[in-house]
Amino acid sequence: MENEDIRKDFEIFNNTDVAYLDSAATTQRPKQVIDAVKNYYNTANANPHRGNYALSLKSTEVYDEARSKVAKFINAQESREIVFSKNATEALNMLAYSYGMQNLQKGDKVVISILEHHANLVPWQRVTKQKEAKLEYMYINDEGQITDEEIEKKITPGTKIVGITHVSNVLGTITPVEKIIKKAHSVGAVVVLDASQSVPHRKVDVQKLDADFVVFSGHKMLAPLGIGVLYGKAELLEKMPPFLLGGDMIEYVQEQSATFAEIPTRFEAGTQNVGGAIGLAAAIDYLQKIGMEKVEKIEQELLIYAKEQLENLSYVTVYGPKDINQRASVISFNVKNIHPHDVSSILDSVGVAIRAGDHCAQPLIHYMHVPATCRASFYIYNTKADVDRLILGLNKTYEMFKKWI
Amino acid sequence: MNDINSIYTDLIMEQSTSTHNKKKIENPDKCEMGRNPSCGDEISLSLKMDGDKIADMAFEGHGCAISQASTSIMIDLLKGKTREDAKDLVKTFIGMIKREITDDAELEKLEDAQALRNISNMPARVKCALLAWHTLEKML
Repeated sequence: MENEDIRKDFEIFNNTDVAYLDSAATTQRPKQVIDAVKNYYNTANANPHRGNYALSLKSTEVYDEARSKVAKFINAQESREIVFSKNATEALNMLAYSYGMQNLQKGDKVVISILEHHANLVPWQRVTKQKEAKLEYMYINDEGQITDEEIEKKITPGTKIVGITHVSNVLGTITPVEKIIKKAHSVGAVVVLDASQSVPHRKVDVQKLDADFVVFSGHKMLAPLGIGVLYGKAELLEKMPPFLLGGDMIEYVQEQSATFAEIPTRFEAGTQNVGGAIGLAAAIDYLQKIGMEKVEKIEQELLIYAKEQLENLSYVTVYGPKDINQRASVISFNVKNIHPHDVSSILDSVGVAIRAGDHCAQPLIHYMHVPATCRASFYIYNTKADVDRLILGLNKTYEMFKKWI
Repeated sequence: MNDINSIYTDLIMEQSTSTHNKKKIENPDKCEMGRNPSCGDEISLSLKMDGDKIADMAFEGHGCAISQASTSIMIDLLKGKTREDAKDLVKTFIGMIKREITDDAELEKLEDAQALRNISNMPARVKCALLAWHTLEKML
């Protein structure tokens, strides 16, 4: 492993003795990100886009720079295609209420996959219900993958929106988004790509993918909590009505009516999280310095090791694709006859942090016919020693329960 | 971090896997579902009264060791008790888990259910221990 130096940047590991295997929920932050946020508040803090004084202009400037940095990172054509949000969830709500409410008609179809996080599912339930449209699902095969046949069967004429996760936050499945996007466009649908689990971990090029909308959260990629991104093709964003109304997103306001600002400001009502945007820009700098290819390589090495180690345990079932190239560094598993919450409590007692539960994907958990799963997820600061500690913890768990189950 | 062995005691382990209270009862007076949506824990409690007394109680469903053990221990404790006594015991148990009742003498009446006292040190698992008791609270 070549990441000992990377790990040193994360002070939390000096302060807490933990094998942190829950980066799919939120990552830790390196000192470079924390310093950048601190530096912003100490040197450039003011309300952006408001004041005519130097500090406000500085705040505006660094906020705009952060936007350009995000645009370049995902290869957007222009930085006005980047809307800052609170997180991916807010960005998805924005799309459902703004694009969905505007464009869906009675009888239209919204197609999503059974892998979706509640954030790319529940908003579509509400909008399709209100518009009397249909919500349909692409299901997965035994390995947790969406097949070509399923794509062909579900994305048919009448489909107006396709919502798809790039990487499943439960199974780690890398979905065939290129095929899904091509198929969606062939029937005239737009694609909403939930890239929350992909943008932090691999190179995502929105132009190459030809995705219409892409969302992700900063806190899953080393940035502070409370900053997220909605990318949208300019021609689509331009036609969309604002979601939240208020300060800064307007053009002219009269007593009974208002006109709205250009994109992206139209979608950023109220004072924005500039500190968060600065933190996200610093996180992008940090990741780019390592290089996304190397990020992917570090994680894949960990994934291969962890999957092997877990599969060696006779009492563990690992879910998701067998082909390592179809998986990202998220592994869901269960321990025979032991509930995931008992597993995670016992792992916690030996300093291993994993997630247990439905991972905000209840329809998927029901579809898998399991009550819940244990999930270990990795990032650039994890080491094989973390995996070894997980395995030791699982052995301890099984020893404790063995005589009773 | 807590001492995990003070949570997963032999009594808890035994009760979590015991099936003596996990069954259907014929013609129950009341049935109630209890769910912890974030865990996926689901139990269905059935209650049969004989006048003012709990004649029989049983459960079905699935969940973690803590929720299963807690349910089974509750049934053992409350069978044969009057409605008022049962209400009082449920209140005492909830008070123990929430650390609102800490007096050992007062908790003694909970008998085996005292084994769940250390759950109060594990905030993430409190709702597992309370699931059955909250469900029953609605039925009494």
